[in-house]
Amino acid sequence: MARTLTPKRKVAFTVLAWVLGLLIFFPILWTVLTSFKTEGEAIANPPSFLFFDWTLENYTEVQERSNYLRHVINSVVISFGSTAIGLLIAVPAAWAMAFSPTKRTKGILMWMLSTKMLPAVGVMMPIYLIFRDLGLLDTLLGLTIVMTMVNLPIMVWMLYTYFKEIPGDILEAARMDGAQLGQEILYVLAPMAVPGIASTCLLNIILAWNEAFWTLNLTAADAAPLTAFIASYSSPEGLFWAKLSAASTMAIAPILILGWFSQRQLVRGLTFGAVK
Amino acid sequence: MATMHTRSIARLMMAPSVILLLGWMLIPLSMTLYFSFLRYNLLMPGMEDWAGVFNYEYFVTDPAFVTALVNTLVLVGSVLVISVGGGLLMALLLNQPIFGQGIVRLLVIAPFFVMPTVSALVWKNMFMHPVYGLFASLAHGLGLPAIDWLSSAPLLSIILIVSWQWLPFAALILLTALQSLDEEQMEAAEMDGASAVRRFAHITLPHLARAITVVILIETIFLLSVFAEILVTTSGGPGYDSTNLSYLIYTQALLQFDVGGASAGGIIAVILANIVAIFLIRLIGKNLET
Repeated sequence: MARTLTPKRKVAFTVLAWVLGLLIFFPILWTVLTSFKTEGEAIANPPSFLFFDWTLENYTEVQERSNYLRHVINSVVISFGSTAIGLLIAVPAAWAMAFSPTKRTKGILMWMLSTKMLPAVGVMMPIYLIFRDLGLLDTLLGLTIVMTMVNLPIMVWMLYTYFKEIPGDILEAARMDGAQLGQEILYVLAPMAVPGIASTCLLNIILAWNEAFWTLNLTAADAAPLTAFIASYSSPEGLFWAKLSAASTMAIAPILILGWFSQRQLVRGLTFGAVK
Repeated sequence: MATMHTRSIARLMMAPSVILLLGWMLIPLSMTLYFSFLRYNLLMPGMEDWAGVFNYEYFVTDPAFVTALVNTLVLVGSVLVISVGGGLLMALLLNQPIFGQGIVRLLVIAPFFVMPTVSALVWKNMFMHPVYGLFASLAHGLGLPAIDWLSSAPLLSIILIVSWQWLPFAALILLTALQSLDEEQMEAAEMDGASAVRRFAHITLPHLARAITVVILIETIFLLSVFAEILVTTSGGPGYDSTNLSYLIYTQALLQFDVGGASAGGIIAVILANIVAIFLIRLIGKNLET
């Protein structure tokens, strides 16, 4: 069906797709534009799209007023930290399930998936109380632990589907050639596993960066990552849309770019390998 | 191939994941279950007392519960219809050989990567604000009265915001599924004179059936616990008009400090989510065989 478009149709479809695409993207574009306006222009009526005095002052002011950098660092520590810890735990598990599966492997995978379906409100109260008693509320350590646990099932699953695609025969072949276990892993398996591990990390960073239930409920001022920091702009006192936009633009830009680069791997991770 | 030796190594490699997840799930969940039978308020420490099913009775008979349950279902249902319907249309369109396909695709999937608090606040302020919002300017330009979206149509506003976040997800997954469609089969059907509608109904749709089901189930899991979008826009109000189950439990727990009541609500939410989860797990499990 795709090959046989008449030129007229192709133009029509192109126009329609671009209009819809731009419409969907517009809120993001508008946020970026607003971040370069003054507060006055941000709420001007009628709004100006491009012909305003472009300014960078919101970006510097966001930092001066609220120590924005600290929240960026929190986000980075939590998302990268949970990804690194998660990887250390998940790689061996996925490896074992992919290369020496037993009768129970499938059951374990399914059970891991089911923990992901547990609504957060179902375990919120105990986690909150345990964290309070252990002094983990509003700490980076506490939030990193939570984020690791929340995303661990997805990591195991995604790694499993990648490892599963590494042909077992290649190991036999390497063994026949007299490779030691260490060499086997280093020269034969690692190069084949790295792309899968990289995609898993990417998805995990994106998910942890954007997570907004635990970050809002378990942090206050100290450990608040960007999701929780941005939420503080919801207070009705005063209109700070230009600053909100600047803070938002910086918060979403890195993840948006990461996401754009990893579309295909995301599909696999987000559907637990059901759609590739 | 697995010898006794490799099998025990495999077990050792899996142990950390399994033990940690087991702890993460079992310990808090059983605590929640236990709390749900207690009269337990953080403002009255030391007064914990067995309450039987009182918390459940209290939670379920609270008029807010019915409102929240209905809101939850309306929210999940509407967002599913909008995001899957719109996502399917977008995916079909993007699967055509149009100019700048790759760029349009990037534009369409972008909202999925925006953190919930940002998208909620951007919509709340810059679009739905009754005086300075873009919608108000638009209405003004057309000579219509501006609408205060978040107070006169709170649930609809949240449905719009959440749909904006999830339509890209549906579009991305369905587009990926479309691209694995067998071109030859399509061409053969076309040669045989099958119309575009028939080809869609008899080839494309059946091919997409599993992807659509997966999208619906995964979205449902996430949509059942929408939280941040409500917290930063309407705070569940006015009244309980935009409170869903997650948000109701949150108010019970962290605003009223009623651990018992919140736990009972949490257990109800778990049961609700499990009904969906069973279908999803079956579906993915079936896929695992092949």
